Amino acid sequence: MGNIKLREVSKSFGSTKVIPSIDLDIEDGEFVVFVGPSGCGKSTLLRLIAGLEDVTGGQILIDGKDATGLAPAKRGLSMVFQSYALYPHMSVRGNIAFPLKMAGEDKATIDRKVGEAARVLNLTDYLDRKPRQLSGGQRQRVAIGRAIVREPEAFLFDEPLSNLDAALRVNMRLEISELHQQLKTTMIYVTHDQVEAMTMADKIVVLQAGNIEQVGSPLELYKAPRNRFVAGFIGSPKMNFVEGAEAQKHGAQTIGIRPEHIAISKGEGTWQGTVGVSEHLGSDTFLHVNVDGLGTITARADGEMDVRHGDRVSLTPDSSKIHKFDQNGLAIR
Amino acid sequence: MATMQTKSAARLMMAPAVIALLLWMVVPLSMTLYFSTLNYNLFNPAQTPFIGFTNYSFFLSDPAFFTAIRNTLTLVAGVLVITVGGGILLALLLDQDFYGVNIVRLLAIAPFFVMPTVAALVWKNMMMNPVYGVIGQFLNFIGVGAIDWFSNAPLTAIIIIVAWQWLPFSTLILLTALQSLSEEQKEAAEMDGAGALSIFWYITLPHMARAITVVILIQTIFLLSIFAEIYVTTSGGPGLQTTNLPYLVYAQALLQFDVGGASAGGIVAVILANIVAFFLIRIIGKNLDA
Repeated sequence: MGNIKLREVSKSFGSTKVIPSIDLDIEDGEFVVFVGPSGCGKSTLLRLIAGLEDVTGGQILIDGKDATGLAPAKRGLSMVFQSYALYPHMSVRGNIAFPLKMAGEDKATIDRKVGEAARVLNLTDYLDRKPRQLSGGQRQRVAIGRAIVREPEAFLFDEPLSNLDAALRVNMRLEISELHQQLKTTMIYVTHDQVEAMTMADKIVVLQAGNIEQVGSPLELYKAPRNRFVAGFIGSPKMNFVEGAEAQKHGAQTIGIRPEHIAISKGEGTWQGTVGVSEHLGSDTFLHVNVDGLGTITARADGEMDVRHGDRVSLTPDSSKIHKFDQNGLAIR
Repeated sequence: MATMQTKSAARLMMAPAVIALLLWMVVPLSMTLYFSTLNYNLFNPAQTPFIGFTNYSFFLSDPAFFTAIRNTLTLVAGVLVITVGGGILLALLLDQDFYGVNIVRLLAIAPFFVMPTVAALVWKNMMMNPVYGVIGQFLNFIGVGAIDWFSNAPLTAIIIIVAWQWLPFSTLILLTALQSLSEEQKEAAEMDGAGALSIFWYITLPHMARAITVVILIQTIFLLSIFAEIYVTTSGGPGLQTTNLPYLVYAQALLQFDVGGASAGGIVAVILANIVAFFLIRIIGKNLDA
């Protein structure tokens, strides 16, 4: 079983507090994504769980047992690194077999488990190659293979897809999600990419400056962000924020409206503005509209929408989808 | 980059260097080859008759020749073992983060800047002298008793001096290799359950393999021609105990004034060095393949 609990975990490097204090429960079999801007402490948090860094304070419980002082190898976790960290002088077989060899398994068991992992990950034909002879996606799979042969309590992924090109990233995203469905093992995944977070996670943990801003399912975060930061971080393109008189009308310091919740028309509407840049994606068109008195608002239109730079349009936000925030940036419900 | 024009321009630009290098090597080599076939003695330099391979048969049948080869190989092997082994340990130590590590690194490299004659003199008179040398004093102090290094263990003494000089070189090369090992690889190994020794054996050592190869190859080239340390300390003695091939060639030319015999010895030394290089490349050169 692989449930992980963090109790008031904190981490400082010298006098710099990277993580002030974090409490978090991760249930067995969950796919949890830590997401946040760079420098928010998400990788540090993962390394604390892995045991590669010592906590400054607090407790880490794995399966209800205190693992705070345990060596990384004793925690029953395995990790996939951003750079894959394959052993360059070993073949793919050697790489995948390494954790088993270190665990002192006998040769027959090692061969069986390596073969099994290679089959799952489509690496059977590459077992005798060296890592440098593989493509980025294959290296990634070897790193995952090395992680799964140990049959760990939980997998830790540290931005595993950031070195891959866009098309491959989408593929690997699916493969990792598929793997999670097969193995049903707890996975903790760190990324700065909110699309990865939204598509893969059972539960997203949004971090900023070492603090947890919100924990919830992707749709919870999308529909009911707890504060302005989460609202702005989740969703693509970003939520529009409007302050001042327009926000006062709704009884809030700031209001937020997502581009996909704004109706665009050439006739009457709530806001009037001039079309700036429009990004045509085929299925959708994102219009950056310079709204009179409000500034630039991004709105999603149909792919067929025919507008040009400089056209006058009107925007009508869906009033039921407007998010209201008070002066501290917290959502008003 | 690789148009016809740039290629021929590149050839033209490189030509002077290549030609100079060629002359640099070919002229001395052919002169040595030529001298090795003459009966050329400095007592009688006016008459240098051609005598074919007689110089070679004399040099190769000289019992001193085999002693010299054995001493040369012992010297090279002994120094390599100490410098590579010690270099790995020192590099591991200097790779740690401790207070004053930069100063310690600088100190560790210092012996390399001391010229061989000076190093040999310092070792001979201040370190290994049985009466007032530091080592003798220390051995007396702990009750073992001073050793007269240059009479009782002359080759060992030379090996120690040369190893002392070359240890910084191997340490430096191996340290840079060690520093280029990615932290994530070590962490991955740690997560995979490898202890410190396993990480060293399975991750660090293979990572350093190429640097170790470079150290062995470069050092072998230089160690085959060690001369100053022997000349200053033992002059090849006692007897022939510390005479290596370069020293034997020197003795032939400038102690026995036999330029022809020495030239033959020089050519033999070149051939032997090539044989050693051939086997070295065969044995460890595969580490250099990218």
